[in-house]
Amino acid sequence: MGKEDVASSGIADGEERPPPLPPRPSPAAIVGKPTTALSSMNIQTLSFPDGSRGTFSTTNDNGPASSDPVSSSADQGIADLGFSAATRGSRINDIDESMSIMSFAPTLRPPGDLESLLIGDGDMSKKSPAWVLLRSQSAIVQPFESTSPEQATFSASFAREFQDIPDESEQSWPDEDRIRLWKSKLKHYMILSSAGKPIYSRHGDLALINSSMGVVQTIISFYEGAKNPLQGFTAGDARFVIATRGPLYFVAISKLRESDSELRAQLDALYMQILSTLTLPALTNIFANRPSTDLRKPLQGTESLLSSLADSFTRGSPSALLGALECLRLRKSHRLAINNAFLKTRADKLLYGLIVAGGKLVSVIRPRRHSLHPSDLQLIFNMLFESGGIKSGGGENWIPLCLPAFNNRGYLYMYVSFLDGQPPEQGLAEESVSVDEQIAIILISPDKESFFALQQMRDDVVAELKKRGHLDIIKAAAQKGRPTVHEIAPGTHINHFLFKSRANVQFCMPSLQPSFSSLITHRRLVTLYSHLHAAVHAKHSHLKVLHCVNVDSTSLAWVTPIFELYCVAGPNTSRSVMTQGANKIIQWAKREEERLFIIGGGVF
Amino acid sequence: MADANAPKPSSSVKLVLLGEAAVGKSSLVLRFVNNDFQENKEPTIGAAFLTQKCNLPTRTIKFEIWDTAGQERFASLAPMYYRNAQAALVVYDLTKPTSLIKAKHWVAELQRQASPGIVIALVGNKLDLTGEGGAGQDGSEGAEGEEAGDARKITTEEAQSYAEEEGLLFFETSAKTGHNVTEVFTAIANAIPETSLKSTRGAGASSMANRGGDEQRVNLNGPREAAKEGCAC
Repeated sequence: MGKEDVASSGIADGEERPPPLPPRPSPAAIVGKPTTALSSMNIQTLSFPDGSRGTFSTTNDNGPASSDPVSSSADQGIADLGFSAATRGSRINDIDESMSIMSFAPTLRPPGDLESLLIGDGDMSKKSPAWVLLRSQSAIVQPFESTSPEQATFSASFAREFQDIPDESEQSWPDEDRIRLWKSKLKHYMILSSAGKPIYSRHGDLALINSSMGVVQTIISFYEGAKNPLQGFTAGDARFVIATRGPLYFVAISKLRESDSELRAQLDALYMQILSTLTLPALTNIFANRPSTDLRKPLQGTESLLSSLADSFTRGSPSALLGALECLRLRKSHRLAINNAFLKTRADKLLYGLIVAGGKLVSVIRPRRHSLHPSDLQLIFNMLFESGGIKSGGGENWIPLCLPAFNNRGYLYMYVSFLDGQPPEQGLAEESVSVDEQIAIILISPDKESFFALQQMRDDVVAELKKRGHLDIIKAAAQKGRPTVHEIAPGTHINHFLFKSRANVQFCMPSLQPSFSSLITHRRLVTLYSHLHAAVHAKHSHLKVLHCVNVDSTSLAWVTPIFELYCVAGPNTSRSVMTQGANKIIQWAKREEERLFIIGGGVF
Repeated sequence: MADANAPKPSSSVKLVLLGEAAVGKSSLVLRFVNNDFQENKEPTIGAAFLTQKCNLPTRTIKFEIWDTAGQERFASLAPMYYRNAQAALVVYDLTKPTSLIKAKHWVAELQRQASPGIVIALVGNKLDLTGEGGAGQDGSEGAEGEEAGDARKITTEEAQSYAEEEGLLFFETSAKTGHNVTEVFTAIANAIPETSLKSTRGAGASSMANRGGDEQRVNLNGPREAAKEGCAC
């Protein structure tokens, strides 16, 4: 597969200490593509006078790798990210190892020495016409423009990922066809009880896949019995990750090359959704009394919440990846005024108050002792903005729910009102607005009888915000959407980035338009981010900066105690250009910090 | 609707919808409030609160509707919604026998626990699935045509006789086609005794909160409601 390599070094600090080790390869990477070691000789690493490095593959396509059925799997293209190949190489192959270490080392030698690391001659001079041509194009080529056959296959199957499998009643679909359709899905989630009763599956009705569930349960319980719980395994190009939570087994099956830790975090989110419905004591009791209980009954009606959560992971969610929230960008003075209006109208029974516009947080008020956990907010946002149950009903909602990270033992009561879903007599009727612009007021109380007090508070808040024109400000900000990269850092070649403020557990990102607005390019972008994220967060990696060069993209991850930055540019973008862009973004984020993030929120 | 309510007395009526999951409670309300229908609507979580006015010749009734979730796990919250309610819609799916059994349980619970004068309507929904629903508008109720493609499992007589025994209003509706939906709410509005309306005039909005110790909140609500009605004119 000779088309990738990695070059990484410390940009931020030039300390004289051993270079960080490359991240460990995920087991999926090793087992999934056993023949990659053969590809090492196809890779050429070059160092250029400006300090950047590039990697090129020779056009040798008749190597064993290309005929390997495993590596030509559907999702090959998106997963071909630099670091995994490099780490694989460094562990498996000596030539690769020396090359990797060389490229990691902060070098004091003149660049010319590195230039011909592998090729060993001066063919590639500083003014190589190929390089000049390449550099002149670097801003034109967008990430993910290449369309290899593998990529096309992936795109085709991913486009069908969210189509429903016909159910039993459809006569024209025999079971074999439905099973085939089920197997063609790239991502599966299953939940079953430890007694083997199926509870939930993202695709396919449970009758159809009952036997597959049975196999999964047998495999898990075999290891369970040996007191050595199974964490995950790989079969073909699919990675299975298993999480045991109390009396439940959660299984994720992914052909999207997601890391184990990422998949496990997704399974945890599904578990949190179940706890949010039932609470932990109730869940424990159900199974303590009757281990063979069918949990589908108590969970009835929440399948759509589990599915919308699962689908947001499959589509790729930067919020879930970073474990952080996105806020609506507002001037500091506006946010302060909105917080104050919110605080002023606070009902006695209020625990948390949130104003949310299109899935982005506008304002939070909370008691001094309690802060809101992102995983709880993820569940609320999923319920309100991803699944249609609340929005479509119109009117106001009063929802008992457990916020597991806040307290997994009891219910809170959530008042929800969408400002555009009001009956006309409230005087708030608005022309229908897209999901991105819907404004919701969410008021959470521990008192189940406090609906009318919170309804009164909603009326007061809305009146106050309208009076001072803040509602229009929120609407305008929501309509404007995210800024483009070019507004943030003019002249940069970076196409997209994620910036996470670690202290605030919030992130921001530029508009996905135009390059990443389609389902498939979005998925490829998030996959790239998730690989960067996994690499810098791998245990013992101690990475600060990771620069990845790939055949269809260049990317940079930069992690400090204060922030995490992940950015992506087209292939052929030099490291110095990336670094400049990254610096501009950091400066922008620093400058705009109080607009981009809610710092503290309104406290009472 | 707004033009007619100025001279007429207007009063609030608290109404609760109960019934098994997926019988079409939310769809009935959506049809009544927005005259809309959504195929494959996702289940209600908790409860939704909606309001809609209903014009009668002599007065205007403002329904404050609690549309509850039908799943078993929400059953323990139901008393909170039917407490102090003046009307209840108990809905079943006339293609699903278990849903009538559940409906009977709700009726019994309401008769035992809710306010004594509560007006209860038994509603068999999904008439469009019976072959007689969408096309034949009126007068088709009596006809017991068990045609091909008729998914009806509960006969009109069976439900009607039960409703008469228990003194309930009875309707068969289709939220999908809109058949009989407004009729249900109009009939309820008519069935609510004038006396009970007077007593609930001010307290309607806060009737869920403990009425005894809530004098202040009633006072706060008074002017606000008046202002809202003014706007709607």
